[in-house]
Amino acid sequence: MKLKGLFSTAIAIATGLIVLVGYFVELPLLVNLRITILNWAIILAALALFIGLFNLLAVHADKVRSKKKGGFYSLILILAMLVTLALGLWLRPDHSLMAMIFNAFQLPVEASLMAMLVVTLTYASIRLLRRRSNLISVIFLVTALLILLGSAPLPFIGSLPIVSDMIRPFIAQVLAAAGARGILIGVALGALTTGLRVLFGAERPYGGM
Amino acid sequence: MNWIGLTGFGFVILSAILMASLAFLRRKSTPVFREIPAFARLRKAIGLAVEEGSRLHISLGRGGLTTPQSAAELAGLEMLHRVAELTSASDRPPVATSGDGAVAILSQDALKASDQAVLSSGDDVTAARLTGLTPFSYAAGTLLVMREEEVSANILIGNFGVEVALLTDAAERENSSSLAASDNLPAQAILYASAQDALIGEELFAAGAYVKARPFHSASLIVQDSLRWLVVIAILVGAILKLAGLL
Repeated sequence: MKLKGLFSTAIAIATGLIVLVGYFVELPLLVNLRITILNWAIILAALALFIGLFNLLAVHADKVRSKKKGGFYSLILILAMLVTLALGLWLRPDHSLMAMIFNAFQLPVEASLMAMLVVTLTYASIRLLRRRSNLISVIFLVTALLILLGSAPLPFIGSLPIVSDMIRPFIAQVLAAAGARGILIGVALGALTTGLRVLFGAERPYGGM
Repeated sequence: MNWIGLTGFGFVILSAILMASLAFLRRKSTPVFREIPAFARLRKAIGLAVEEGSRLHISLGRGGLTTPQSAAELAGLEMLHRVAELTSASDRPPVATSGDGAVAILSQDALKASDQAVLSSGDDVTAARLTGLTPFSYAAGTLLVMREEEVSANILIGNFGVEVALLTDAAERENSSSLAASDNLPAQAILYASAQDALIGEELFAAGAYVKARPFHSASLIVQDSLRWLVVIAILVGAILKLAGLL
Protein backbone atom coordinates (compact mmCIF):
# COMPACT_ATOMS: atom_id res chain seq x y z
CA MET A 1 0.00 0.00 0.00
CA LYS A 2 1.33 3.46 -0.86
CA LEU A 3 1.97 6.08 1.83
CA LYS A 4 -1.08 8.05 0.67
CA GLY A 5 -3.21 4.91 1.01
CA LEU A 6 -1.83 4.22 4.49
CA PHE A 7 -2.55 7.77 5.57
CA SER A 8 -6.14 7.77 4.28
CA THR A 9 -6.76 4.32 5.82
CA ALA A 10 -5.47 5.50 9.22
CA ILE A 11 -7.66 8.63 9.13
CA ALA A 12 -10.72 6.66 8.03
CA ILE A 13 -10.30 4.00 10.74
CA ALA A 14 -9.64 6.62 13.45
CA THR A 15 -12.69 8.74 12.54
CA GLY A 16 -14.84 5.62 12.20
CA LEU A 17 -13.82 4.45 15.67
CA ILE A 18 -14.44 7.89 17.22
CA VAL A 19 -17.93 8.05 15.71
CA LEU A 20 -18.74 4.46 16.73
CA VAL A 21 -17.48 4.77 20.33
CA GLY A 22 -18.97 8.27 20.63
CA TYR A 23 -22.35 6.80 19.75
CA PHE A 24 -22.29 4.33 22.64
CA VAL A 25 -20.10 6.01 25.28
CA GLU A 26 -21.55 9.32 26.39
CA LEU A 27 -18.34 11.14 27.30
CA PRO A 28 -18.75 14.89 26.47
CA LEU A 29 -15.43 15.01 24.57
CA LEU A 30 -16.28 11.96 22.46
CA VAL A 31 -19.85 13.12 21.79
CA ASN A 32 -18.64 16.58 20.67
CA LEU A 33 -15.99 15.01 18.45
CA ARG A 34 -18.59 12.67 16.92
CA ILE A 35 -20.96 15.56 16.17
CA THR A 36 -18.15 17.65 14.65
CA ILE A 37 -17.02 14.77 12.41
CA LEU A 38 -20.60 14.09 11.30
CA ASN A 39 -21.07 17.79 10.47
CA TRP A 40 -17.89 17.69 8.38
CA ALA A 41 -19.25 14.60 6.60
CA ILE A 42 -22.50 16.43 5.78
CA ILE A 43 -20.57 19.42 4.37
CA LEU A 44 -18.38 17.10 2.29
CA ALA A 45 -21.46 15.23 1.03
CA ALA A 46 -22.97 18.55 -0.13
CA LEU A 47 -19.72 19.40 -1.94
CA ALA A 48 -19.68 15.92 -3.49
CA LEU A 49 -23.20 16.55 -4.76
CA PHE A 50 -21.95 19.64 -6.58
CA ILE A 51 -19.07 17.65 -8.11
CA GLY A 52 -21.61 14.99 -9.11
CA LEU A 53 -23.61 17.60 -10.98
CA PHE A 54 -20.48 18.56 -12.92
CA ASN A 55 -20.09 14.87 -13.77
CA LEU A 56 -23.67 14.80 -15.09
CA LEU A 57 -22.94 17.94 -17.10
CA ALA A 58 -19.69 16.46 -18.50
CA VAL A 59 -21.41 13.21 -19.58
CA HIS A 60 -24.18 15.05 -21.44
CA ALA A 61 -21.84 17.71 -22.88
CA ASP A 62 -19.76 14.85 -24.30
CA LYS A 63 -22.89 13.38 -25.93
CA VAL A 64 -23.74 16.74 -27.51
CA ARG A 65 -20.15 17.34 -28.66
CA SER A 66 -19.75 13.90 -30.24
CA LYS A 67 -23.23 14.15 -31.85
CA LYS A 68 -24.28 10.81 -30.39
CA LYS A 69 -27.82 9.49 -30.70
CA GLY A 70 -30.04 11.37 -28.24
CA GLY A 71 -27.67 14.32 -28.14
CA PHE A 72 -30.59 16.71 -28.55
CA TYR A 73 -32.13 15.47 -25.30
CA SER A 74 -28.78 15.95 -23.59
CA LEU A 75 -28.75 19.54 -24.83
CA ILE A 76 -32.22 20.10 -23.35
CA LEU A 77 -31.02 18.57 -20.06
CA ILE A 78 -27.97 20.86 -19.94
CA LEU A 79 -30.03 23.97 -20.72
CA ALA A 80 -32.71 23.05 -18.16
CA MET A 81 -30.07 22.35 -15.55
CA LEU A 82 -28.23 25.62 -16.12
CA VAL A 83 -31.41 27.71 -16.19
CA THR A 84 -32.74 26.07 -12.99
CA LEU A 85 -29.37 26.51 -11.27
CA ALA A 86 -29.16 30.17 -12.27
CA LEU A 87 -32.74 30.85 -11.16
CA GLY A 88 -32.15 29.01 -7.88
CA LEU A 89 -29.04 31.05 -7.15
CA TRP A 90 -30.73 34.31 -8.11
CA LEU A 91 -34.22 33.84 -6.60
CA ARG A 92 -33.31 31.35 -3.81
CA PRO A 93 -34.86 27.85 -3.64
CA ASP A 94 -37.94 28.88 -1.61
CA HIS A 95 -39.17 31.34 -4.30
CA SER A 96 -42.61 30.59 -5.81
CA LEU A 97 -41.14 30.28 -9.32
CA MET A 98 -38.79 27.54 -8.12
CA ALA A 99 -41.73 25.70 -6.56
CA MET A 100 -43.63 26.14 -9.82
CA ILE A 101 -40.74 24.68 -11.85
CA PHE A 102 -40.69 21.65 -9.56
CA ASN A 103 -44.47 21.19 -9.57
CA ALA A 104 -44.86 21.73 -13.31
CA PHE A 105 -41.92 19.68 -14.61
CA GLN A 106 -40.32 17.36 -12.09
CA LEU A 107 -43.46 16.16 -10.31
CA PRO A 108 -45.54 15.15 -13.39
CA VAL A 109 -42.59 13.36 -14.99
CA GLU A 110 -41.89 11.38 -11.82
CA ALA A 111 -45.62 10.64 -11.38
CA SER A 112 -45.74 9.33 -14.98
CA LEU A 113 -42.80 7.04 -14.33
CA MET A 114 -44.52 5.83 -11.16
CA ALA A 115 -47.64 5.07 -13.20
CA MET A 116 -45.53 3.10 -15.68
CA LEU A 117 -44.56 0.85 -12.80
CA VAL A 118 -48.08 -0.61 -12.75
CA VAL A 119 -47.65 -1.94 -16.27
CA THR A 120 -44.05 -3.00 -15.64
CA LEU A 121 -44.94 -4.94 -12.48
CA THR A 122 -47.95 -6.65 -14.07
CA TYR A 123 -45.75 -7.73 -16.96
CA ALA A 124 -43.04 -8.89 -14.52
CA SER A 125 -45.58 -11.00 -12.61
CA ILE A 126 -46.63 -12.72 -15.81
CA ARG A 127 -43.00 -13.36 -16.73
CA LEU A 128 -42.18 -14.72 -13.27
CA LEU A 129 -43.86 -18.07 -13.86
CA ARG A 130 -42.07 -18.44 -17.19
CA ARG A 131 -38.68 -17.64 -15.66
CA ARG A 132 -38.98 -19.46 -12.34
CA SER A 133 -41.80 -21.95 -12.45
CA ASN A 134 -41.46 -23.33 -8.92
CA LEU A 135 -43.60 -23.55 -5.79
CA ILE A 136 -42.20 -20.31 -4.29
CA SER A 137 -43.18 -18.35 -7.39
CA VAL A 138 -46.71 -19.76 -7.24
CA ILE A 139 -46.98 -18.85 -3.53
CA PHE A 140 -45.62 -15.35 -4.34
CA LEU A 141 -48.23 -14.74 -7.03
CA VAL A 142 -51.15 -16.24 -5.09
CA THR A 143 -50.22 -14.08 -2.07
CA ALA A 144 -50.01 -10.94 -4.24
CA LEU A 145 -53.43 -11.79 -5.74
CA LEU A 146 -55.02 -12.36 -2.31
CA ILE A 147 -53.64 -9.06 -0.98
CA LEU A 148 -54.94 -7.25 -4.08
CA LEU A 149 -58.39 -8.83 -3.77
CA GLY A 150 -58.49 -8.08 -0.06
CA SER A 151 -57.35 -4.46 -0.41
CA ALA A 152 -59.41 -3.11 -3.31
CA PRO A 153 -63.22 -3.41 -3.34
CA LEU A 154 -64.54 -5.09 -6.50
CA PRO A 155 -67.20 -3.43 -8.69
CA PHE A 156 -70.77 -4.52 -7.80
CA ILE A 157 -69.50 -6.88 -5.10
CA GLY A 158 -67.54 -4.57 -2.80
CA SER A 159 -65.14 -6.10 -0.29
CA LEU A 160 -64.81 -9.86 -0.43
CA PRO A 161 -66.01 -11.16 2.96
CA ILE A 162 -63.37 -13.68 4.07
CA VAL A 163 -60.49 -12.41 1.96
CA SER A 164 -60.58 -8.79 3.17
CA ASP A 165 -61.57 -9.54 6.80
CA MET A 166 -59.42 -12.54 7.62
CA ILE A 167 -56.97 -13.67 4.95
CA ARG A 168 -55.48 -10.28 4.00
CA PRO A 169 -54.89 -9.10 7.61
CA PHE A 170 -53.43 -12.50 8.52
CA ILE A 171 -51.01 -12.44 5.56
CA ALA A 172 -50.06 -8.76 6.01
CA GLN A 173 -49.85 -8.58 9.79
CA VAL A 174 -48.62 -12.05 10.73
CA LEU A 175 -46.85 -13.83 7.86
CA ALA A 176 -45.48 -10.78 6.01
CA ALA A 177 -44.55 -8.92 9.21
CA ALA A 178 -42.66 -11.97 10.54
CA GLY A 179 -40.85 -12.48 7.22
CA ALA A 180 -40.04 -8.78 6.93
CA ARG A 181 -38.58 -8.70 10.44
CA GLY A 182 -36.45 -11.73 9.65
CA ILE A 183 -35.12 -10.09 6.48
CA LEU A 184 -34.51 -6.81 8.32
CA ILE A 185 -32.52 -8.59 11.05
CA GLY A 186 -30.43 -10.23 8.33
CA VAL A 187 -29.89 -6.86 6.60
CA ALA A 188 -28.88 -5.26 9.93
CA LEU A 189 -26.33 -8.02 10.61
CA GLY A 190 -24.97 -7.66 7.07
CA ALA A 191 -24.69 -3.90 7.55
CA LEU A 192 -22.85 -4.44 10.85
CA THR A 193 -20.26 -6.81 9.34
CA THR A 194 -19.81 -4.53 6.30
CA GLY A 195 -19.16 -1.59 8.63
CA LEU A 196 -16.67 -3.64 10.62
CA ARG A 197 -14.82 -4.66 7.44
CA VAL A 198 -14.44 -0.96 6.61
CA LEU A 199 -13.32 -0.20 10.19
CA PHE A 200 -10.70 -2.96 10.00
CA GLY A 201 -9.46 -1.51 6.72
CA ALA A 202 -10.26 -4.78 4.88
CA GLU A 203 -12.40 -2.69 2.53
CA ARG A 204 -11.32 0.77 1.60
CA PRO A 205 -13.94 2.57 -0.47
CA TYR A 206 -12.16 5.86 0.21
CA GLY A 207 -9.29 5.40 -2.23
CA GLY A 208 -6.78 2.78 -3.23
CA MET A 209 -8.98 -0.20 -2.22
CA MET B 1 -24.95 4.22 29.06
CA ASN B 2 -28.27 2.34 29.46
CA TRP B 3 -28.53 -1.44 29.14
CA ILE B 4 -29.72 -1.30 25.50
CA GLY B 5 -26.69 0.81 24.53
CA LEU B 6 -24.42 -1.48 26.52
CA THR B 7 -25.86 -4.59 24.81
CA GLY B 8 -25.42 -2.94 21.38
CA PHE B 9 -21.83 -1.96 22.14
CA GLY B 10 -21.12 -5.47 23.45
CA PHE B 11 -22.63 -6.93 20.26
CA VAL B 12 -20.37 -4.77 18.08
CA ILE B 13 -17.25 -5.57 20.15
CA LEU B 14 -18.06 -9.32 20.10
CA SER B 15 -18.52 -9.22 16.33
CA ALA B 16 -15.24 -7.32 15.85
CA ILE B 17 -13.27 -9.77 18.02
CA LEU B 18 -14.84 -12.79 16.28
CA MET B 19 -14.17 -11.36 12.83
CA ALA B 20 -10.54 -10.46 13.55
CA SER B 21 -9.83 -13.88 15.10
CA LEU B 22 -11.49 -15.81 12.28
CA ALA B 23 -9.75 -13.74 9.60
CA PHE B 24 -6.40 -14.46 11.28
CA LEU B 25 -7.10 -18.20 11.70
CA ARG B 26 -8.40 -18.64 8.15
CA ARG B 27 -5.88 -16.43 6.38
CA LYS B 28 -4.30 -19.36 4.53
CA SER B 29 -7.32 -21.56 3.89
CA THR B 30 -9.47 -21.32 0.77
CA PRO B 31 -12.90 -19.97 1.68
CA VAL B 32 -15.86 -22.26 0.96
CA PHE B 33 -19.34 -20.74 0.62
CA ARG B 34 -22.75 -22.27 0.07
CA GLU B 35 -23.65 -22.21 -3.61
CA ILE B 36 -25.87 -19.33 -4.70
CA PRO B 37 -26.80 -19.85 -8.40
CA ALA B 38 -27.01 -16.09 -9.00
CA PHE B 39 -23.29 -15.66 -8.32
CA ALA B 40 -22.35 -18.59 -10.56
CA ARG B 41 -24.27 -16.91 -13.39
CA LEU B 42 -22.65 -13.57 -12.55
CA ARG B 43 -19.15 -15.05 -12.86
CA LYS B 44 -20.17 -16.49 -16.23
CA ALA B 45 -21.54 -13.09 -17.33
CA ILE B 46 -18.28 -11.39 -16.33
CA GLY B 47 -16.28 -13.93 -18.35
CA LEU B 48 -18.55 -13.48 -21.36
CA ALA B 49 -18.30 -9.68 -21.17
CA VAL B 50 -14.50 -9.89 -21.25
CA GLU B 51 -14.57 -12.29 -24.22
CA GLU B 52 -17.15 -10.34 -26.21
CA GLY B 53 -15.70 -6.91 -25.42
CA SER B 54 -19.08 -5.79 -24.13
CA ARG B 55 -19.66 -3.69 -21.08
CA LEU B 56 -20.85 -4.47 -17.57
CA HIS B 57 -23.08 -1.99 -15.83
CA ILE B 58 -22.99 -1.68 -12.06
CA SER B 59 -25.77 0.43 -10.62
CA LEU B 60 -25.15 1.46 -7.02
CA GLY B 61 -28.60 2.80 -6.22
CA ARG B 62 -29.54 6.16 -4.83
CA GLY B 63 -28.50 5.88 -1.20
CA GLY B 64 -25.96 8.24 0.28
CA LEU B 65 -22.99 7.63 2.54
CA THR B 66 -24.35 9.84 5.32
CA THR B 67 -27.68 8.01 5.41
CA PRO B 68 -28.67 4.72 7.13
CA GLN B 69 -28.42 3.07 3.70
CA SER B 70 -24.66 3.60 3.57
CA ALA B 71 -23.88 -0.11 4.25
CA ALA B 72 -25.73 -1.12 1.06
CA GLU B 73 -23.75 1.51 -0.86
CA LEU B 74 -20.48 0.22 0.61
CA ALA B 75 -21.43 -3.31 -0.46
CA GLY B 76 -22.12 -1.97 -3.96
CA LEU B 77 -18.77 -0.17 -4.10
CA GLU B 78 -17.03 -3.34 -3.01
CA MET B 79 -18.74 -5.27 -5.80
CA LEU B 80 -17.78 -2.56 -8.32
CA HIS B 81 -14.16 -2.80 -7.28
CA ARG B 82 -14.12 -6.60 -7.61
CA VAL B 83 -15.86 -6.54 -11.00
CA ALA B 84 -13.48 -3.86 -12.27
CA GLU B 85 -10.54 -6.03 -11.20
CA LEU B 86 -11.98 -9.11 -12.91
CA THR B 87 -12.72 -7.26 -16.17
CA SER B 88 -9.35 -5.54 -16.28
CA ALA B 89 -8.40 -7.61 -19.34
CA SER B 90 -11.44 -6.33 -21.23
CA ASP B 91 -11.28 -3.58 -23.85
CA ARG B 92 -14.15 -1.78 -22.18
CA PRO B 93 -14.20 -0.98 -18.45
CA PRO B 94 -17.45 -1.35 -16.55
CA VAL B 95 -19.77 1.63 -16.30
CA ALA B 96 -21.07 2.62 -12.86
CA THR B 97 -24.16 4.68 -12.12
CA SER B 98 -25.30 6.14 -8.81
CA GLY B 99 -27.73 8.68 -7.38
CA ASP B 100 -25.46 10.37 -4.85
CA GLY B 101 -22.51 12.69 -5.38
CA ALA B 102 -20.19 11.06 -2.86
CA VAL B 103 -20.95 7.55 -4.14
CA ALA B 104 -20.30 8.74 -7.72
CA ILE B 105 -16.88 10.06 -6.70
CA LEU B 106 -16.04 6.85 -4.83
CA SER B 107 -17.15 4.70 -7.77
CA GLN B 108 -14.87 6.71 -10.05
CA ASP B 109 -12.11 6.08 -7.54
CA ALA B 110 -12.88 2.35 -7.37
CA LEU B 111 -12.65 2.08 -11.16
CA LYS B 112 -9.37 3.98 -11.15
CA ALA B 113 -7.86 1.91 -8.37
CA SER B 114 -8.78 -1.51 -9.70
CA ASP B 115 -5.69 -2.15 -11.84
CA GLN B 116 -3.46 -1.15 -14.74
CA ALA B 117 -5.83 -1.96 -17.61
CA VAL B 118 -8.62 -0.04 -15.98
CA LEU B 119 -6.20 2.71 -15.05
CA SER B 120 -5.74 3.43 -18.71
CA SER B 121 -9.34 4.52 -18.85
CA GLY B 122 -9.49 5.71 -15.27
CA ASP B 123 -9.49 9.35 -16.28
CA ASP B 124 -12.68 8.82 -18.26
CA VAL B 125 -15.22 10.72 -16.17
CA THR B 126 -18.07 9.05 -18.02
CA ALA B 127 -17.19 5.61 -16.60
CA ALA B 128 -18.78 6.52 -13.26
CA ARG B 129 -21.87 8.66 -13.56
CA LEU B 130 -24.32 10.45 -11.37
CA THR B 131 -27.55 9.82 -13.26
CA GLY B 132 -30.12 11.59 -11.09
CA LEU B 133 -30.81 12.70 -7.56
CA THR B 134 -34.46 11.70 -7.05
CA PRO B 135 -35.60 8.06 -7.31
CA PHE B 136 -37.22 8.31 -10.71
CA SER B 137 -34.76 10.76 -12.26
CA TYR B 138 -32.05 8.31 -11.18
CA ALA B 139 -33.93 5.46 -12.85
CA ALA B 140 -34.51 7.53 -16.01
CA GLY B 141 -30.82 8.44 -16.27
CA THR B 142 -29.75 4.85 -15.66
CA LEU B 143 -32.10 3.54 -18.35
CA LEU B 144 -30.14 5.57 -20.91
CA VAL B 145 -26.87 3.96 -19.85
CA MET B 146 -28.40 0.49 -20.10
CA ARG B 147 -29.62 1.21 -23.63
CA GLU B 148 -26.68 3.10 -25.10
CA GLU B 149 -23.54 1.49 -23.70
CA GLU B 150 -23.72 -2.03 -25.21
CA VAL B 151 -24.23 -3.50 -21.76
CA SER B 152 -24.25 -7.30 -21.62
CA ALA B 153 -24.95 -7.66 -17.88
CA ASN B 154 -26.37 -5.39 -15.23
CA ILE B 155 -25.48 -5.63 -11.56
CA LEU B 156 -27.91 -3.55 -9.53
CA ILE B 157 -26.61 -3.50 -5.99
CA GLY B 158 -27.25 -0.85 -3.35
CA ASN B 159 -30.23 1.09 -2.10
CA PHE B 160 -33.14 1.02 -4.56
CA GLY B 161 -36.83 1.63 -4.13
CA VAL B 162 -39.74 0.48 -6.28
CA GLU B 163 -38.24 2.31 -9.29
CA VAL B 164 -35.84 -0.63 -9.68
CA ALA B 165 -38.60 -2.43 -11.64
CA LEU B 166 -38.02 0.01 -14.52
CA LEU B 167 -34.33 -0.97 -14.57
CA THR B 168 -34.90 -4.73 -14.51
CA ASP B 169 -37.55 -4.35 -17.22
CA ALA B 170 -35.08 -2.39 -19.38
CA ALA B 171 -32.46 -5.12 -18.87
CA GLU B 172 -34.96 -7.73 -20.06
CA ARG B 173 -35.81 -5.64 -23.14
CA GLU B 174 -32.14 -5.17 -24.00
CA ASN B 175 -31.53 -8.94 -23.66
CA SER B 176 -28.92 -8.33 -21.00
CA SER B 177 -28.79 -10.30 -17.78
CA SER B 178 -29.50 -8.70 -14.42
CA LEU B 179 -28.42 -9.53 -10.90
CA ALA B 180 -30.09 -7.28 -8.36
CA ALA B 181 -30.04 -6.68 -4.63
CA SER B 182 -31.42 -3.95 -2.41
CA ASP B 183 -31.67 -3.36 1.33
CA ASN B 184 -35.18 -1.99 0.85
CA LEU B 185 -38.00 -4.50 1.54
CA PRO B 186 -40.53 -3.44 -1.16
CA ALA B 187 -37.68 -3.36 -3.68
CA GLN B 188 -36.69 -6.92 -2.71
CA ALA B 189 -40.22 -8.13 -3.39
CA ILE B 190 -40.20 -6.38 -6.77
CA LEU B 191 -36.78 -7.77 -7.62
CA TYR B 192 -37.92 -11.30 -6.83
CA ALA B 193 -40.60 -10.92 -9.50
CA SER B 194 -38.73 -8.87 -12.08
CA ALA B 195 -34.97 -9.54 -11.95
CA GLN B 196 -33.36 -12.56 -13.56
CA ASP B 197 -31.39 -13.14 -10.37
CA ALA B 198 -32.39 -11.48 -7.11
CA LEU B 199 -30.47 -11.50 -3.85
CA ILE B 200 -32.67 -11.46 -0.77
CA GLY B 201 -31.85 -10.05 2.67
CA GLU B 202 -28.24 -10.21 3.81
CA GLU B 203 -27.09 -11.87 0.57
CA LEU B 204 -26.53 -8.29 -0.63
CA PHE B 205 -23.66 -7.90 1.82
CA ALA B 206 -22.07 -11.21 0.83
CA ALA B 207 -21.87 -10.30 -2.86
CA GLY B 208 -18.29 -8.98 -2.76
CA ALA B 209 -17.06 -12.15 -1.04
CA TYR B 210 -18.68 -14.41 -3.65
CA VAL B 211 -17.03 -12.54 -6.51
CA LYS B 212 -13.56 -12.46 -5.00
CA ALA B 213 -13.08 -13.61 -1.42
CA ARG B 214 -10.43 -12.47 1.03
CA PRO B 215 -9.94 -13.76 4.60
CA PHE B 216 -11.91 -10.89 6.12
CA HIS B 217 -14.84 -11.53 3.79
CA SER B 218 -15.17 -15.19 4.66
CA ALA B 219 -14.71 -14.30 8.36
CA SER B 220 -17.46 -11.69 8.16
CA LEU B 221 -19.85 -14.19 6.57
CA ILE B 222 -19.19 -16.71 9.36
CA VAL B 223 -19.71 -13.97 11.97
CA GLN B 224 -22.93 -12.94 10.22
CA ASP B 225 -24.22 -16.53 10.32
CA SER B 226 -23.19 -17.00 13.98
CA LEU B 227 -24.85 -13.74 15.02
CA ARG B 228 -28.00 -14.77 13.19
CA TRP B 229 -28.15 -17.98 15.23
CA LEU B 230 -27.56 -15.93 18.38
CA VAL B 231 -30.51 -13.68 17.49
CA VAL B 232 -32.69 -16.72 16.66
CA ILE B 233 -31.89 -18.28 20.05
CA ALA B 234 -32.54 -14.94 21.82
CA ILE B 235 -35.94 -14.61 20.09
CA LEU B 236 -36.91 -18.21 20.97
CA VAL B 237 -35.79 -17.84 24.60
CA GLY B 238 -37.68 -14.53 24.79
CA ALA B 239 -40.83 -16.15 23.41
CA ILE B 240 -40.58 -19.08 25.86
CA LEU B 241 -40.01 -16.71 28.82
CA LYS B 242 -42.97 -14.61 27.69
CA LEU B 243 -45.17 -17.72 27.42
CA ALA B 244 -44.05 -18.81 30.89
CA GLY B 245 -44.98 -15.35 32.22
CA LEU B 246 -41.41 -14.59 33.32
CA LEU B 247 -40.94 -11.61 30.96
